[in-house]
Amino acid sequence: MRKAAGLRRLQPHRKWGYVSAMTDHASDSAPDAPTLSQLFLAFLAISLSGFGGTLPWAYRMVVEKRRWMSAAEFSEVFSLCQFLPGANVVNFSVVFGSRMRGVRGALVCLFGLVGPPFGIVLVLGALYARFADVEALGRVLAGMAAAACGLIAATAAKLAEPLIRSRAVWGWGIVLAAVLAIGLVGWPLPWVLLGLAPLSIALAWWERR
Amino acid sequence: MKPGILATLATHFLMLSMLAFGGANAVIPEIHRDAVAVSRWMTDQQFADLFAISQASPGPNILIVTLVGYQVAGVAGALVTTAAMCGPPCFFVYFAGQVWNRFRHARWRTVVQAGLVPVSIGLIAAAAMVLARAADHNWVAVLVTVATAALAYATRIHPLWMFAGAGLLGLARLV
Repeated sequence: MRKAAGLRRLQPHRKWGYVSAMTDHASDSAPDAPTLSQLFLAFLAISLSGFGGTLPWAYRMVVEKRRWMSAAEFSEVFSLCQFLPGANVVNFSVVFGSRMRGVRGALVCLFGLVGPPFGIVLVLGALYARFADVEALGRVLAGMAAAACGLIAATAAKLAEPLIRSRAVWGWGIVLAAVLAIGLVGWPLPWVLLGLAPLSIALAWWERR
Repeated sequence: MKPGILATLATHFLMLSMLAFGGANAVIPEIHRDAVAVSRWMTDQQFADLFAISQASPGPNILIVTLVGYQVAGVAGALVTTAAMCGPPCFFVYFAGQVWNRFRHARWRTVVQAGLVPVSIGLIAAAAMVLARAADHNWVAVLVTVATAALAYATRIHPLWMFAGAGLLGLARLV
């Protein structure tokens, strides 16, 4: 992988040929890898452009605009971020940052992504706490809350597209079970996951056996 | 603020962070269940309001956790819940990122991943249900939810326009 990453970092520096690929093997971060401040600014931009989903912005910045990663490398790293628990784009910032600039790169990308929105949302939270009694604000938020549910439903529908195409009946059984247990009955998540995740993985194994 | 509330928030969100298969949206029902029904930190309506604010703010969708922390224990609460929600997954993904390529085509990996997908979809759909129960008090609200879902699914309209439209409907006392 290190070799592949080194070759890919060549892209913006074609005129120096393989020199930069070799230095990449020698040190932890290549001389042509983005600097810490470039990383911070890039993830700040991703974060502040992302409303209702930051993934497309991460792709646009990292792959299309800056060419720090190829599309294939992006999807490979992203599959890891979906595989493990946690917000996908937050996980992505850590893996991407560490590939570019080690631990410091990971921390810088993470803070660029989470820090500034954290500040914004705190200000909004404080305004909400202060003006929650204002009737007009309550009415506006009631409308926005109804829209927010719709956005989440659309996210679920988009994620379900591959499942619809594959026609895996067991998959729909698991989706239905999770919706009933969590959405309707309201069982605690740890117990539902403990039951459903191994069952679902076993069914996926059985299907591919 | 009750003593020990920060420790309660920390343990609760540290655990939740490790259950967030499918991202922060997958644990919304559990955050809601605890904040509204078990710990009684806020009402259903307050939770729905905070979720709307988090969605209408720029940034990753873990920000609902920040707002819940702030509502319960101020700035310290917001710091604790956000750090707890990001910490463990970031720690694990950092180390997993070093060895991931070795398992990229491993059979167990594709099987586990294929098995977790329907679970994540179910959890996120459940989140939409739980939020709709908290937010949709009348038929216009239900219509707004359905219309937003359809627009977000089928078009590339910016979500902020949908929030603006829905907010105006609310202001006009329709929702």
